[in-house]
Amino acid sequence: MNLVSNIQSYSINFHENATIIRANQLNIFYSGKLVVENFSLQVPKNKITALIGPSGCGKSTVIRSFNRMNDIIPGFSLQGEIKYQGKNIYSSLEDPVRIRRQIGMVFQKPNPFPKSIYENVAFGARINKYQGNLDELVEYSLIQAALWDEVKDKLKESAYALSGGQQQRLCIARAIAISPDILLMDEPASALDPIATLKIEELMWELKEKYTIVVVTHNMQQASRVSDYTAFMSLDREKIDARVGVLIEFDETTKLFTNPKLKETEDYITGRFG
Amino acid sequence: MQTQNSKLSSFFSFTKDPKIRNFREKIIAISLFGCGVFSILVTIGIIVTLFSEAIAFFLRPEVDIVTFFTGTNWRPLASKISPDNFGVRPLIRGTMLIAVISGAIAIPLGLGSAIFLSEYASDKLRSVLKPLLELLAGIPTVVYGYFALSFITPILKQVLENSFGIKVSFFNAFSAAVVVGIMIIPMVASISEDAMRAVPRSLREGAYALGATRFEVSTKVVVPAALSGIISAFIIGISRAVGETMAVTIAAGATPRMTLNPLDSVQTMTSFIVQVSFGDAPAGSINGQSIFAVGATLFVMTFVMNIVSAVILKRFREVYD
Repeated sequence: MNLVSNIQSYSINFHENATIIRANQLNIFYSGKLVVENFSLQVPKNKITALIGPSGCGKSTVIRSFNRMNDIIPGFSLQGEIKYQGKNIYSSLEDPVRIRRQIGMVFQKPNPFPKSIYENVAFGARINKYQGNLDELVEYSLIQAALWDEVKDKLKESAYALSGGQQQRLCIARAIAISPDILLMDEPASALDPIATLKIEELMWELKEKYTIVVVTHNMQQASRVSDYTAFMSLDREKIDARVGVLIEFDETTKLFTNPKLKETEDYITGRFG
Repeated sequence: MQTQNSKLSSFFSFTKDPKIRNFREKIIAISLFGCGVFSILVTIGIIVTLFSEAIAFFLRPEVDIVTFFTGTNWRPLASKISPDNFGVRPLIRGTMLIAVISGAIAIPLGLGSAIFLSEYASDKLRSVLKPLLELLAGIPTVVYGYFALSFITPILKQVLENSFGIKVSFFNAFSAAVVVGIMIIPMVASISEDAMRAVPRSLREGAYALGATRFEVSTKVVVPAALSGIISAFIIGISRAVGETMAVTIAAGATPRMTLNPLDSVQTMTSFIVQVSFGDAPAGSINGQSIFAVGATLFVMTFVMNIVSAVILKRFREVYD
């Protein structure tokens, strides 16, 4: 099978020390069907990297490969390597559970557990046998997620009593409570109203001091507002029927949005495609 | 086949007439309604018979309703008929003894299989294992009874009596409870598994993303989220154990006894009913009526358990809607 795409693409490289994840020539399959082809990307440390592109181009598939979340989907397989801390996370020696404790994830739809607000935040610490003060950890995480003031008087109440935006910030608090290196966010604001979206975006700005963030979004304004770097993915036009996602252009967000190198990127960001 | 079909359709072509089609729809609706009403009427008939005979029993001068529920002697066939001989508690004790032991067997095994089927097994494996497990439920209960008598009891005697000198009755509650437990595993497993599969995948993903292992996802997220459904599976399983008849009649004996020793022979409410029904107690006699009193008591017990499980299930639904 010839997996080398002839598609024209543009990407930038960083110094070894400035990157935290290096994806090298990924080919991703679901039940034997190729869905993402020849994907290479270097994720810069302590920056916000956005993944944009039309629906079905494999953005979520790629981001879910970064912490091996796809492993739980039957039929998933991956070729190539994703390097994190100098090791290929898909090597058979690596434990996906350990990787997920360092590379956290926030999902499209808020998915708090049907437990109290407190227990939601404490969940990761409890399963990691956290030795410190749990109350302090919960408070710290909720403050980090800009939710503390809204929930400090009802920590024992069900997380389901919160609004959608609050639930999503609770999920962010839950993710940062295990102090990961990287936060992956898969369209974290797409199920939220504009005000809640704005809060999540402000929060991302604050969080990038401590964490590297990779965010999938189909909202280009959001990508241009929050991210430092943007990767544009699209479907391989040479085999459009096969619906195979490829990386088209990766650059600093300002450059990608004001002066894209490739016509396909320009078409997308100016609204002529997608 | 083709010609037959066309002949048939031409024969029934009158049904294509709009008026008759309408009439036919009505007939169908009425007969379907009849099917539903039939089972309700039968249930009502059973309840009326059960309780009218039970009430007739309690109105007899020889029995006393308070003694019936508090007395510890059950000797309905004794020559001396007195209220003291009609205390139902030994039968309830025997029933509960078997229900508790079988629950202690079926609940962990059933829950374990449910967790395996829902969280560990691949779709392919589940599609083979689940029908196999449900096959257990298709074995006639009389077979379970003889299995207890001819397989479990001898092992029990060999191990406990010969090695440890603990006396084991040939008919004993434990053997019966073991097979009843095995019998209700599929029910507990199947209903628990349904409840666990109803837990949205997003919750599992949330836990996996926090570095939870498969076991932690199962026990700390899926089982708690499905807990109401699982508890209701337990209650349905236990109420099945309470109502189980054939296996306990064969294996547990026919000695009404206030005992907590599972190696003794006991009698359950259902096996008492079988015993008297197979005898020649005339209708309307005190013995004939006593089985209705016991039956009504059993009915109320399982009915309450089913209501409790329905209430719990209802709460379960609210969590996700």
